[in-house]
This record gives sequence, C-alpha cells and structure tokens, in this order.
Amino acid sequence: MAARGEVVLAVGLQPDRLAWVRSRPAALAAVGLVALLVALVLGVAVGSVAVAPDETVAILAARLLGLDLGVSWPDTAETIVMELRLPRVLTAMAVGLGLAVAGATFQGLLRNPLADPYVLGTASGAALGAAIAVLLPVRIVVLEFGLLHGLAFVGALAAVWTVYTLARTSSLAPLTGLLLTGYAVGSLLAAGLAMAMYLSGAGLRQIFAYLLGGFDASSWTRLAAAAPLILVGTVLIALRARTLNGLLLGEEPAAHLGVDVGRERVILLALASLITAAAVAVSGLIGFVGLVVPHVVRLVVGPNARLVLPLSALVGAALMVYADLVARILGEIPVGVVTAVIGAPFFLVLLRRARTGYEL
Amino acid sequence: MIAVAPGRPAAEDRAPERAAIELEGVRVAYRDREVVAGVDLVVRPGERLALVGPNGAGKSTLLRVIAGTLPPRSGQARLDGDPVASLDRREVARRLAVVPQLAALPFSARVEEVVALGRLPHEDPFRGPRPADRLAVAEAIERIGIAELVGRDARELSLGERQLVLIAMAVAQRAPVLLLDEPTVHLDLRHRVEAMELLADLNERDGTTVVTVIHDLHLAARFFPRIVLLDRGRIVADGPPAEVLSAALLRAVFGIDPSLAGLGGD
Repeated sequence: MAARGEVVLAVGLQPDRLAWVRSRPAALAAVGLVALLVALVLGVAVGSVAVAPDETVAILAARLLGLDLGVSWPDTAETIVMELRLPRVLTAMAVGLGLAVAGATFQGLLRNPLADPYVLGTASGAALGAAIAVLLPVRIVVLEFGLLHGLAFVGALAAVWTVYTLARTSSLAPLTGLLLTGYAVGSLLAAGLAMAMYLSGAGLRQIFAYLLGGFDASSWTRLAAAAPLILVGTVLIALRARTLNGLLLGEEPAAHLGVDVGRERVILLALASLITAAAVAVSGLIGFVGLVVPHVVRLVVGPNARLVLPLSALVGAALMVYADLVARILGEIPVGVVTAVIGAPFFLVLLRRARTGYEL
Repeated sequence: MIAVAPGRPAAEDRAPERAAIELEGVRVAYRDREVVAGVDLVVRPGERLALVGPNGAGKSTLLRVIAGTLPPRSGQARLDGDPVASLDRREVARRLAVVPQLAALPFSARVEEVVALGRLPHEDPFRGPRPADRLAVAEAIERIGIAELVGRDARELSLGERQLVLIAMAVAQRAPVLLLDEPTVHLDLRHRVEAMELLADLNERDGTTVVTVIHDLHLAARFFPRIVLLDRGRIVADGPPAEVLSAALLRAVFGIDPSLAGLGGD
C-alpha cells in the first residue's frame, strides 16, 4: 500500500539537482553534523596560540568523552582548549543555533521571508538595555553576568512583550499588527539607543562592541546560563513544527487544519523571543545568521518545518563557529561583520538560483 | 418491522441520523452591523449543498461559523451533534475540511508538500507523518488528478491548478465534510465545470458532504441538488434549484431581472 504512494510521488519529481538532497534530508543532516564537528576541532585549534589538531582532538576526546587516544599534550594546551577556546566555540554554536531556530520560527509565524530573530524589537530592546547598563554608574556581577547582559536580556524580552501587547489591542489583522508595531517600537527604541550613545562618552566603545557582537568574553558560566534556555526553547519549538507548517497557507487555513492559532502564536513568540534574548545577552547583536540560515535550508529541503528547524539549528551552529573563526584569524574583528560579509552575498547567489522569486 | 422499499433511502424512513452540520439560531454581528440574522440550517451526511446570495449576504461568515473560526454572537453550530465551540481545533479538522482561499505562499513549496498539509490534523507531534499519511496524500493527488503537477513549485502553477491542489489538500484531510468558499472565482469556464464535476464526484462516489458558497447560479443549479439562498443574513429559500432559483425570488434578492442572466425562466 505504502509503496504505491512512494511511486506516485517519485515518478512526478522533475529532474532537479536539489531533488536528490531534498528527498534525503538525513544525508543533509549528516553533512551538517560533519561540518559542525570540523568546526568544533578547528574552532578549538585555531587562535593566537595554535594547538596542533591531533592534540586538540586528543584533549577533546579525553575531557569530553573520556577516551585516551595515546597523544600527550602540554598543560598550557589543555588550559587554552578547556578554559578559553572550548567555551567560546560552544557559545558560538549555541548562539548560532538559537538565532537560526528563532529566525525560522519568526519567518514561519509571521509568514514573512524578511523576518529575523530581531524583527519584533528584541535587538533594539537588548541594545538599549545594554547602553543603559553602560551609562549607569553601577557595577553588579552575578555569575559572571554583568549589568550589561542582564539589561540586554530584560530589554529584549520587554521590547517583544510591549510589541505583542500593543499589537493585540490594535484593530489590525494580527500579523500586520505585530510587524508594524514591531517596526514602530523598534524605531522608538533605536532613538533611545542613539541618545544613550550620544550621552555615553567613554562608554561608547563598549556599547558599540556590544552592538557588533562577539564571543571573546565567553565563559563556561555564561554558557551554562544561556545554553539551557536556547536548547530547551529549540526543542519546544521543534515539537510545534505542525503549527509552523499549518501557517504556510495563512492563519485561517491553519485554524482549519487543526491549529489553535491564537494560543500557538503566543507560545511560539515567547519561545523564540526567549531564545533570542538569551543569545543576544551572551553575544551581542549578530545579524544575518537568523535571516539567511533558514532560507538556505528551505531552498534545499523545502518549507517543511519538521526539517527546516533541526537543519537550521545544525547549519546555524556550524556557520557561527566558522564566522567566529574568521573573526579571530582576522584579529578579533566583530563577528557580526563576518556574518554579514559571508551571509549577504551567499544569500544573493541563492536567491538568483532559486526557481521562484520571493513573494512579499 | 416496517418494510422499506428498496432503492428509496428516504431520510425519514431510517433511524434518526445525526446531522453532519446543524446551525441553530446563529447570529453574527461585526460591531453594530448584523451580518447573520438568525440562521437555522440542517445538513445531513452525504448532502451536496450550494450557498448562494448577493455579496454581503453572510455566506462566507456562515462558513466560518460552521468551521468554528468565528464564534457567533448567539446561537450555535454543531458538527455530528457536538457544538463546534466544545471541540478542539484538531477534532474539528478531523470532522471538517475547508478548502482555503487562494493566497500567496510566503515560501516556495512543492505541490505534494502543500497537499501533505491536509494531514496535519492527524499528525503526531513527536513522530510526524506516518506511512498512512503519505498514502492519503498520494491517493488525494490521484483522486483529484494532479499527478502531473507533483514536483512543481505551487507558486508557479496557474490559478486553476492551484485551486485543484488546495482541493486535494482538503481531500487528503479525509474529513467527512468538505466546505468551500467560492472555489470557481479565479477559474475559466472549463475549469469551473471541471471543479464542479469533481465536487459532485467526491460527493457521489466518496459520500463526502459538500457545502460550498458559489456565485455562479448556473453552476449551482446544474450541479447542486439543494440550494440555500441567503439575503441580508437570512435564509430566504432552501430547496431544489427549480424552487429556489425562481424569477420572482431572484428579482427580490438580487434586484435584477433574472432573464438578463438567462435564469429563472418563468
């Protein structure tokens, strides 16, 4: 019985270079996983003090998996790997994963290909929070988190909450209301940020560094605070892939396909915003990953959120490690610059090769 | 025992059957404007019914009340005897499939991916689609006759082809009731007739209860044994085409001379 269905589907497939991959998402996942592992080793090995690849693998195998590969290494190498590089690489992975998943979620939820994790004000909220933290003459550090991270996190969530509350009481259609309100609130917060930067004087460099994003201040403690939020949020979103699939045709059709649209919208918004807030709190504002990665994945495997979400997570995590690697090799330039320089042209090429344009 | 003449499945002779759709005293108002002003309607399983009436008569609103996406101000819609409001969205979607209006897709999607959306109400959140779901999708594609469209981007299709894809999606849902809101509006004459034949066939061969809003009264008269004429939120006529589409009634409701439209020959 099932074979008949497979035949009907297989016969109709047009000869298409992407068709092979599209029908084998597991192959794509395997490629992504290998890229991620290579990223892990490279990310740990490369830096101002190079650690030999075999030593890197041996240290990682010994400390993470408890395996003895029969390679010895100096103590300094272990300190560099375990205390500096590994938390940094894992933070980059967590942030890349989170931004890609949040981006895919916002794009599906808002039915807008231009949506990214920052579309509903998280970025401007976080930035304003961070800027205020720099302006305040108070220094608080809890679990290695300074006021800057705390206010960035709170600012991101407060911005989304404001946007959601304002949009809900507007008379516009829910999606239009969210997008327009997000834009308005974002603009207002951007004005606040500009004012804060104007007033910041010597703190300007610190604010600016936050706006461009980076992983140079990563640590195990910060990773331990952000990663659970990102990972749990991602799993909970992945379990709601049905909702995002239903929304492909619109909100009313989704309701007719058995999706409780009102409830799911709140849940997905909250989860994606939480992930984004956790990501921006540890790494600052890193653009393009959340916008580009879901599109790249969709162009290859199609719109099914059941595939798009996990594959975006994989690709986002790997891409962010490579971007951070490039940023380090080029002398600690902001990683946000790297993601934009890699992401934008890649995106343009993909759009040119896509068989249909994006309807907006 | 009561002897029933074979071949005459008159509803009243059988055990009381639960209505597929029941509307009871349904009123809907947007702000102060009453759009549906007290509608009672019973649709039996296996019926094929066209909702007709001028623009703004409340046809689409009524469909939304039946599907449970618009709660009425008063009154109730029931599916299989259960109030729609008491059923969760998935349960409604298992009892009732709605062919959505044509809309832009935000992302490129292949025909079979769109048809597969019809399986969402049956999907397990952990395991995803199962072989039975893939089979239902393949069968819906075959049933609607769009096998040659498989593999194509749904956004590259003509409007008529897209309409068929959306009908296939609703068929893949395998619900006993199918609702459509003006499925022929973007179609040329040939595709209109084909779409109507398809609905009649789904109704006659598969026993699917079909309720559709339709503007073309010729098509309604030709393809639907039961027509419900709505005007200003009320049902003004309900019955076979010859009865509902009478000249006097059409003149009263549409405010035109029906002979101009070649209808209602007195």
